Formats: sequence, C-alpha cells, structure tokens
Amino acid sequence: MTMQRDATAARLGMWLFLFSELLLFGGLFLLYAVYLARYPADFVAGGRQLDLLLGTGNTILLITSSLTVALALSALQQGRRRLCLGLLCATVLASLLFLVNKGVEWQAKFDHGLFPGGARLEETAPGQKVFFGLYFVTTGLHGLHVLIGAALLLWILGLVGSGRVTEQDPVMLENGALYWHLVDLIWIFIFPLYYLLL
Amino acid sequence: MAKQNDRGFLQASDRQPLLFDWIFSVDHKRIGLLYLYSVGAFFLAGVALGVLLRLELIAPGPTIATAQTYNALFTLHGVVMIFLFIIPGIPGAFGNLMLPLQIGARDVAFPRLNLLSWWLYILGAFMALTSLFSGGGPPDTGWTFYVPFSSETPTNVSLALLAVFIIGFSSILTGVNFVTTIHRLRAPGMHWGRLPLFVWSLYATAWVQILATPVLGITMVLLMVERLIGLGLFDPGRGGDPILYQHLFWIYSHPAVYIMILPAMGVVSEIIPVFARKPTFGYKAIAASSVAIAAAGSLVWGHHMFVSGMSDTAILVFSLLTFLVAIPSAVKVFNWVATLYRGSISLEPPMLFALAFVFLFSIGGLTGLILGSAATDVHVHDTHFVVGHFHYVMFGGTGFAFFAALHYWLPKVFGRMYNMKAATIAWAIIFVGFNLLYFPMMLVGLHGMPRRYYDYLPQFQQLNVIATAGSWVLAAGLLLMFVNLYRGMRRGAAAGSNPWQAATLEWVLTSPPPAESFSQPPQVTHGPYDLQQAGKP
Repeated sequence: MTMQRDATAARLGMWLFLFSELLLFGGLFLLYAVYLARYPADFVAGGRQLDLLLGTGNTILLITSSLTVALALSALQQGRRRLCLGLLCATVLASLLFLVNKGVEWQAKFDHGLFPGGARLEETAPGQKVFFGLYFVTTGLHGLHVLIGAALLLWILGLVGSGRVTEQDPVMLENGALYWHLVDLIWIFIFPLYYLLL
Repeated sequence: MAKQNDRGFLQASDRQPLLFDWIFSVDHKRIGLLYLYSVGAFFLAGVALGVLLRLELIAPGPTIATAQTYNALFTLHGVVMIFLFIIPGIPGAFGNLMLPLQIGARDVAFPRLNLLSWWLYILGAFMALTSLFSGGGPPDTGWTFYVPFSSETPTNVSLALLAVFIIGFSSILTGVNFVTTIHRLRAPGMHWGRLPLFVWSLYATAWVQILATPVLGITMVLLMVERLIGLGLFDPGRGGDPILYQHLFWIYSHPAVYIMILPAMGVVSEIIPVFARKPTFGYKAIAASSVAIAAAGSLVWGHHMFVSGMSDTAILVFSLLTFLVAIPSAVKVFNWVATLYRGSISLEPPMLFALAFVFLFSIGGLTGLILGSAATDVHVHDTHFVVGHFHYVMFGGTGFAFFAALHYWLPKVFGRMYNMKAATIAWAIIFVGFNLLYFPMMLVGLHGMPRRYYDYLPQFQQLNVIATAGSWVLAAGLLLMFVNLYRGMRRGAAAGSNPWQAATLEWVLTSPPPAESFSQPPQVTHGPYDLQQAGKP
C-alpha cells in the first residue's frame, strides 16, 4: 500500500503507542506513590536492600544503549550502513548485559529469601512485602520491555542489513529507536525511585 | 461502473472470495464486516445469556440455575457484552467501515495493524470462551473482577483476565490507527470543521482507548500475578489495599463507558440531521462536547466507589466531577432536539432508532445523576437500580445506536435495502420490550433488591415477572430485526448510492463501495450536513 510510505503517520502512530506504554507503567507508579505514602519507613528499609552497584551499572548500560541507537539512526541517515549495523549490535549487546545484570540481582534476592513467599520476606513488616512485590512486578515488566525492545532492534538490524530499511526510508529504525528510548526513560524513573531516593 | 464491480469490495475480483480473502484482508471495509459479524455473534450470545438470567429471576429461589451457575452466567453475560460487543462494536465495525470513507481516504493509516487488531480481538474472545470449559470452571466474579474474591476464587479467572488484556491491546491498536488516520488521511478540503460528527466522536473515543486501556492492562496483569505468585499488592494481610484495585480498575473502566457511548452519540449525530432534513444545530458544540466528555470522563472513576470506604473528600470531589460530565452530554441532547425543531422529519427506521436513543439515553443519564450524588447512591448502590440505569445507557444508548447504524449504513455496505415495514415493527417491539425489561429493574432496585443474587424476597416477584416477560418481548423484537436485516442484505431491492440523500462522503460512492474506496482523494467542497449538496464530494 502506498500509504505505508507516510513516515509522519508512522511516527505519529508510534508516539501514540508510546503514550499507552507510559500509562501501562503509570499504574505501577501510582501504586508506588500510594504505598510510599502509607509505608515510608518500610520502603526505606526495602530500598536499602537493593544493590545500588548493579542498579547504577544497569543505568549506565541503558543510557549508553540509548546513545548508540540514536547514533545508529544518524549513521543510517548519512548512508553509513556498516556503522549503523555496528551501533545496533552494540545496543542489543547492552540490552542483553542489562538483562544478565538484572538476573544476577534477582537471583541474589531469591537466595536471601526476599521474594513473595520467601522465608525472609515473610518475616518482615507488611510495607516491605508490598515494596518487594512492587519491585519485582515493576522491574519484571520493565525487563520484559527490554527483551521486546532488543528483539525489535535485532529484527530492524536484519532489515537494515538486507537493505529494506535505508537512508531514504529509515522510519522503521526511527520507531525502533523511539521504543528503545521509552524503555530507557522508564528505567530512568525506576532507578531513582527504588534504588536512590530511599 | 464496470459490471464486475457491481458487488464492489464484497467481490473485488472475478472469482467468489474465499474465507481467506476475508480473514486476511487488509481492506478496512472487509475488516469492518469481520468485526460486524463477530460482534453480532457475541451480542446474540450475550442476549441468550441475559434471557437465561432473567428466566432464573422469574421466581424466588433456584428456578433454572444454582447460585454458582448464576454467578458464572452474569459474569459471562457482562464480559461478553462489555468486552466483546459494546467496546469494539461501533468503532470496530462501523468505524472501520465508514471512517476512511467519511474523510475521503483510501484506507486507514495502518491497514495491517488494523487486521492485527481484529485477530487479537478474536484471540481474546477465543480465550474468554476457553476459560469457561477449562481450569476450575467458568469465572464467577462479575465483569469487574473485584479483589479479594477474584484473587481467591478457584474458578478460571486468570485466563479470562488474559483474554481481557489481549482484547484491550486490540482496542489500543484500533485507537492508534484511528487517531493517525484522522490526522493524516483527510481528503483535500476536509478540514477539521468539515469532519462528520461520527468521525469527531471516533477521534475522542480513540484518545480514550489509547490513554485509558493500558491502565486496565496493568490492572489485569497485577491480578494475574497476584493469582500466580501472590505478590500481596491488593491483599490487606500482606500490606496491600483492595480499594486500590478498584481505583485502578475504574480509572480504565469508567472512561471505557465513554468508549462505549461516544461512537453511539456520533452515529445519532449523523442520522438526526439527515432525517430531519436540516443541517445539524450546533455542529461545533457537538464536536467539542465529544472531546469534553472524553476529557472530563477520565476524572470521575471514583463515583463507582462511594460506599467502598473512600474518604469523604474524595467522594465529594468525584461527585462534583460526575455532575460536570452531565453538561457536555446534555449539550448533545439539546443540540439534537434543536436540530429536530422545525425539521422535515421522516420516521424511517434509522431515525426511529436514533430517536429512541435520545429518549432512552436521557433516562439513563438522569438516573445516572441519582447514582452520582453521594447521598442517594448509598441507598441504591449495588441494587437492581444500577443494573437498570446501566442498561438504559448501554443498551438503550449504545445498543440502539448500533441498531440505528445497522439500518442506516448496511444499505451502503451491501447495496440492498431491507423491508421498511418489518424494520419499523421490529423497532416498536424492541422499544416496548426494552422498557418492560429495564424500567421494573430500576423500581425493584429502589425497593431494595440487590444485584447479582440468584434469589430474592417474595415481595419483589411482581416486578421481576414483568421484567422477565419484557426480556422475551425484547428477544422477539431482536430476532425479527436481525432476520429482516439478513433477508434485506441477501435479497433486498437495490438501495442506490444514496438512499437517504445524506451529504457525507460515503454516500458519494457506489453501494457497495468499490474495493479501493476513494482511489483518488476527492476534493471536498462542502460541510457534512449541507444537505442540498448531497451526492457531491
């Protein structure tokens, strides 16, 4: 169809979809706000048990990957396809490292019995149970988005490689990059709320 | 038009289209019809369940169903009617069919995404139906899935939640598609002041779909996770708060009633000027009120929770906001009435359904204010009054508008006309049956009969018998209407391209419309209700 060449429409559609993603996480941030107001001390106690080092590492990884995907788009627009492919590979690699880190972090929580139904969490105050419940569901849903974003970028990488996303028609990569920035953006909120402020 | 194009998009090539030519078609008109057939089928299923519910309530005590079966029946009736009929009904079917035609476009902005929406809808519907026959038996929570019951009950709630999540995703994609289409694909000359009011209503609806549905999505996800591993986010024993579930649920589900009613108002705004032979009164006010309803309607969810233990301040604020939504709704009603004033009214079937909409929706809206004032709400909360009110708005409103749209647009879609006399009789039977069914519900609710019980005290029986008899009248009327429409679309007389002499763009095309709709965008030269210009782009 000729209409699918309307790059403005494709970008507009992507932005609308991103709004809906923001509101999906919005529900979780709403719960966070209400429960933080109700259990401030327990949230502080819970936040102290998160691994600041891994969290910071993951933040650096995601911000860097946002940079590489933006550079990949610029590279494609300048017709430097090989550079674009390399930068996309770097982005996907960063996302995988993020997930590995997240896995290590979760595993440590499991080992300490800090999971719903886990021995140590069951002994704590209700506020901490809520904190860790929110922590797992928020970071889990975000991790799922990282995975989806990585798969999306991998697919677009294939399209760039086979010459179907090109200098003249880069809108697929633009939209993939937009999605990736959203994943990054949500983490930029999660990181201070769970790791830094408490 | 060439001979082979007589059947338009219904048969785009020489050969008879096969099933695959339909279910994998990216043509907005075929997708619209796919939606129409699917929502129609689920509507009939929902009606059958509703008739069974009423039959159970014809007498106190167990009549045809046990308490557990009754719970499953009303849950299923609600889920099918809300998520599979009313929400996708008018936007999915008539939005897809008519939106591109009305703005002079060739298709929607993302045709393949459009097909994906329908497939997701069907997948969700299939999962909802599967939940009945698998796991711990049919869900028995009601369509609202309130915790703590929904996180505890052994019935197959998780699968139903996943189904709702997927249908919600389909709804978001439709919203994204429509907003983009309206922004990008209007024909030359089709500026915002010339958009048909149906398009305006779809535009407002699409924004609500995009912004509200994700909140339902996350709520369903949280509830699923709750059932799977017990996070305790809504469990007071673990520090959670069940009221928060209700907040999250209604943050979506109240705007969702505007997803249901706004397109219906759009349909009525199309029909009334055409059959009153007068340009619509207050075009800008009607268009703006659609957007105002969408905006204000997003802030009133708390009025579902006046007796849930919310703070008094919150109740006051939500009650006030609820009254504010009544203003743009009333703006529409007054404008419709003003359009009728001194018009040359012809009472053909689409108009009859549209007028019934105005009447029934007004009753539904005014009884809504009784529920919206906190003091009276305490008395009627969770009684049959709510059920009656809700059906006046949703069935008397959206349902009747859906029927109006069927009678108004199907001659365009199929190029054939139904039997007017049979349609008028069907309308009369439906109208009588409807009021017989739902008005006694409101009365019995005021007397104190609670909703969602299979049993009741003997003093409520008389009104319940009337309501049950009404359900039979209503079902008979619906049967007549559908048979008449089916026969008309199969064998009716040729309708011509513009049987109602309407001035919106879809009537410029042949009936049925050609496969490529507007292959060349038309140059639009007049507003949607300049009826002297009917038949010209």
